[in-house]
Amino acid sequence: MIISAAVAIAEARRGRLGERVYSGRSRAIFERGYIAFKSSTWMVILSGFVEPVLYLFAFGYGLGELIGNIESNGLSIPYAAYIAPALLATSAMNGAIYDSTFNIYFKLKHDRIYHGMLATSLGPLDVALGEIGLALVRGFLYGVGFMAVVAPLGLIPSLWGILAIPAAVLIAFGFAAVGMALTTYMKSFQQLEIINIFLLPMFLFSGSFYPLSVFPEWLQFIIKALPLSQAIHLVRGLTLGQINIGLLGHISYFIVMIIIGLFFTTKRLNALFVK
Amino acid sequence: MSSPLITARGLTKKFDEFVAVDEINFDVARGESFGLLGPNGAGKSTTMRIIGATSQRTSGDLTILGIDPEKFGPQIRAHLGVVPQQDNLDMNLSVSENLYIYGRYFGLSRKFLKTKIEELLEFAQLEEKRNAKVESLSGGMKRRLTIARGLVSEPEILMLDEPTTGLDPQARHILWDRLFRLKEQGVTLVITTHFMDEAEQLCDRLVVMDKGKIMAEGSPVQLIKDYSTKEVLEIRFGSERNSEMADQLRGMCDRIEELPDRILLYSEDGEALLEKIYSAGLHPKTSLVRRSSLEDVFLRLTGRTLVD
Repeated sequence: MIISAAVAIAEARRGRLGERVYSGRSRAIFERGYIAFKSSTWMVILSGFVEPVLYLFAFGYGLGELIGNIESNGLSIPYAAYIAPALLATSAMNGAIYDSTFNIYFKLKHDRIYHGMLATSLGPLDVALGEIGLALVRGFLYGVGFMAVVAPLGLIPSLWGILAIPAAVLIAFGFAAVGMALTTYMKSFQQLEIINIFLLPMFLFSGSFYPLSVFPEWLQFIIKALPLSQAIHLVRGLTLGQINIGLLGHISYFIVMIIIGLFFTTKRLNALFVK
Repeated sequence: MSSPLITARGLTKKFDEFVAVDEINFDVARGESFGLLGPNGAGKSTTMRIIGATSQRTSGDLTILGIDPEKFGPQIRAHLGVVPQQDNLDMNLSVSENLYIYGRYFGLSRKFLKTKIEELLEFAQLEEKRNAKVESLSGGMKRRLTIARGLVSEPEILMLDEPTTGLDPQARHILWDRLFRLKEQGVTLVITTHFMDEAEQLCDRLVVMDKGKIMAEGSPVQLIKDYSTKEVLEIRFGSERNSEMADQLRGMCDRIEELPDRILLYSEDGEALLEKIYSAGLHPKTSLVRRSSLEDVFLRLTGRTLVD
């Protein structure tokens, strides 16, 4: 038997837990993401960063002039400070969903990138973790970028606000895990549009631009159960310094999303590739 | 003979009720160029995917380098270079980046890859294109890049699924030349093809597959010897008359095959047979004497042509 470098590397994993699905090299997927980012993906990421900033100026300052201050849990704050955390949460969601649905669908079905990856000594779990990791980096970049714009404008009244960045990563993780799991079930490109139909109304009605109290109670109840509403209230609680036990509830919500998403993604990738 | 690199016994793959691969047996020896010849849907690609540890067999035994690929997928795949039927190059990346990242998937070091990439670019005759995006490459270049990519891990076994399908004749010859070089270097090649000329050119030994079963096995020369005559006479009387004429020709030669557009007559001496047909007062519109090929072997074994 000829022992090439590649063989020696693969043999070193023998006997480890999960060796059939995981080779401990999700960083190679990361590296691919970085190379692709340098050449083309940066434009997509830039647009994802610009979008919430545009909303902030158009609504926060434009409309905000007419609205003046707004009451949030007994705190009187400028309208822009009210919507800024919602915009951050939404961009974390949008970035993660874009990465984990359209992007992954293309690599899966169109470019067949994963087929190439899984013909090497990588396993499906390497791919899933690497791709979701990329979505997290994106969530992190959005968080940092957005904070760099809104903090100097005085829209983050509390020091707790710094935690909005890890919160954005957590939100991205949750959406990416579930998004990727859903994508593995998609049969056509058109089916992905269903996700978009769901996202826009969620953005408009999840308490982004006005408190949920304007809705009848039964509707409030439904909206609160939706992930974006959970995300917005988590980030807003942090940026406004309204720390309470409810935030833990929001965090748990996303942890559950991550576990469910990862479970189904690995299961499906295995079924799709090792059939 | 040293122990074979790949051994399959009773290898079977079912998709629900459909039997894609039906209890096949074969061995692949080190350094040989082994072919799976058959029409589309014969089960060749499925067999390749099972060997490549990306598909699980339904039953039977398979060992690669003495190991079951199902139990040690990543380890087995480290020994294999895979060239799939459908190109799956990374469209977002350049030519050299494609080679680089593929090496990284195997965990190879940057330093190793730096020299390896140069070597592979030269092998694939793509030095000038190193920074080009994959999209801008021609079909032949993409295939060569895919083969080069499969070699990045210095595999012992290179698996090529329909390597020249869709390429023009010139691109095919360049590719065959590259594959010959690999063979000379001692790389074991496993090739599927539905082109008999490709199988004759590249394979030391092959199995003829149809409907998931192996119909025959041997070297191209041996298979032709066993299943066909030395020469073939192809004649045409025009589509309406072929069938009627075929009846008259029966008995004049060893074997006769009637195709929609022509009649094939199997004989040790094609020219002499043609003389005989003329002296019987029959005047085909066109005639051609050629040597028997694997196409004839396939026709004999299955009653069908390879490319339909």
